[in-house]
Amino acid sequence: MMVHTTVFIVLGVVTLGAALAVVTSKNLFHSALFLMLSFVGVAGFYVLLEAPFLAAVQILVYVGAIAVLIIFAIMLTRRLMAEDLVQRNAQWVWSALGALLLFGVLVVTLVQVNWPVVEAAVPEDSITALGQDLMGPYVIPFEAASILLLVALVGAVIIAREEE
Amino acid sequence: MEFLKDLFVNIGLWFSGWLTGFMPAWGVEVVTGFLGAIILVFIGLFAVLILTWGERKVIGRMQDRIGPNRWGPYGLFQPIADGIKMLTKEDIIPTGADRWVHLVAPILVIIPAVLIYAVIPFGDGLRGADLNIGILYIVALSTIGTISILMAGWSSNNKYSLLGAFRAVAQLITYEIPLVLSIITVVLLTGSMSMVEIVENQTVPYMVSMPLVFLVFMVAASAELYRAPFDMIEADSELIAGYFTEYSGMKFVMFFMAEYINLLAMSGVIVTLFMGGWRFFGLEEILPFLNPFIFFAKCAFVIFLFWWTRATFPRIRIDHMLGMAWKALVPIALVNLLLVGLVDKLVEGTLLTSGVLLIVNIIEMVILLAILDKVGGKTRAKTMERVAAQQG
Repeated sequence: MMVHTTVFIVLGVVTLGAALAVVTSKNLFHSALFLMLSFVGVAGFYVLLEAPFLAAVQILVYVGAIAVLIIFAIMLTRRLMAEDLVQRNAQWVWSALGALLLFGVLVVTLVQVNWPVVEAAVPEDSITALGQDLMGPYVIPFEAASILLLVALVGAVIIAREEE
Repeated sequence: MEFLKDLFVNIGLWFSGWLTGFMPAWGVEVVTGFLGAIILVFIGLFAVLILTWGERKVIGRMQDRIGPNRWGPYGLFQPIADGIKMLTKEDIIPTGADRWVHLVAPILVIIPAVLIYAVIPFGDGLRGADLNIGILYIVALSTIGTISILMAGWSSNNKYSLLGAFRAVAQLITYEIPLVLSIITVVLLTGSMSMVEIVENQTVPYMVSMPLVFLVFMVAASAELYRAPFDMIEADSELIAGYFTEYSGMKFVMFFMAEYINLLAMSGVIVTLFMGGWRFFGLEEILPFLNPFIFFAKCAFVIFLFWWTRATFPRIRIDHMLGMAWKALVPIALVNLLLVGLVDKLVEGTLLTSGVLLIVNIIEMVILLAILDKVGGKTRAKTMERVAAQQG
């Protein structure tokens, strides 16, 4: 249990520190790299919760696809590569207020909701169960999500297509 | 004799048994885990020494040279001499470079390469960990390599490095799709993502029953390893050395090492997914201590295939390369996935399934070649017309 808690604290510090660095860093490329570190920290939490599948998917989707795309966009935008980027504008007070409000709501929810806890240990083969559930009771949301992704894919191809 | 039968596993058991004599249980776990990790890392490092020598020797022979031959028998100590030379080089950080990112990139490129070894089964019971997400873990790790290439290319403050990094992202992301689709085909047949179970369920190697899937995976893998003919990322005649142009000394060696550690890891994955891992016609049952030797012999064969293609094919232009992935490999992989799913559902029995899969694959290949011939002919006719119009 000691090890578990220590790892949790280290992961928390890394994740939150990286997230803080994302908004305070003066260089947009550094921000993107810190964002990635934060994502990796979240993957670490999944490992700690004995959900290796989610951890791998977290790295694959967030670090491998989303973060690389962000970096790619940054690198292609010439002006944004300049040093000493100003990370805030006149509206920072309001956004800070909004963020604080959201934080408050989350804290209240966390404390007040009676979270259902199962005493049993995490099943050995959770992936098979996950797959069967996705293809069984949750097949309609699953298919809806895949159709949505397909539509987005086709849309992207049409937008990017050269005029002939 | 009984002890010899499963030599490596028994050595491990004996060692942990010996530790239990004077250590608490958690101590034994820490020590054996630590030693195992060190052994896994050293497999990668040792591979770098052998593979650099091997590649230069094999490519040399194919180009009618003799390759390294001065230092040691058959030039075997050449990698050590190279290593010492690299250590004495000056460590340079270019002006205007992003110091920290520049320093972290070579470290970050080597970590995922080494971590892959944790899940590769070298033999029955010889593995770092049997994760039930084994192959997904490898795919997830390989994406971190992409980031480190981006970091190296961007932080160097050099146009060639940046261009190399751009090409890297385009190429790695593009070829990841056919790669993962081929992996899914194997996972579909096996019903598991664990590397150990994939090997255990392979009575007939998937390379034999699904040659087309194997081919797609090999092409995508050589693009993921950015080996020639897909070495656009570091195309030396265009980009000097691509993303690691500005690196010198030990940091250069890190990129170099990562390349070869990845090469062995990827061939280990190919051997596991398509060639039956440590299994070899029942030999693994009679003499289990041969398992890792069988595994590495198969790896050597796959690596030789990579070297062979490198020596044979000229570099492909970047737009052709990306076009090939999107217009050829991805559709093939998707059709493959569909057909394999159908066959797996409709046909009963392992051997029968393998036979039907092979027939389906051959028919697919014939149709594919016909389509490619037609499309290629059309493009060729168009080009010839244009050339004729320009001249006339």
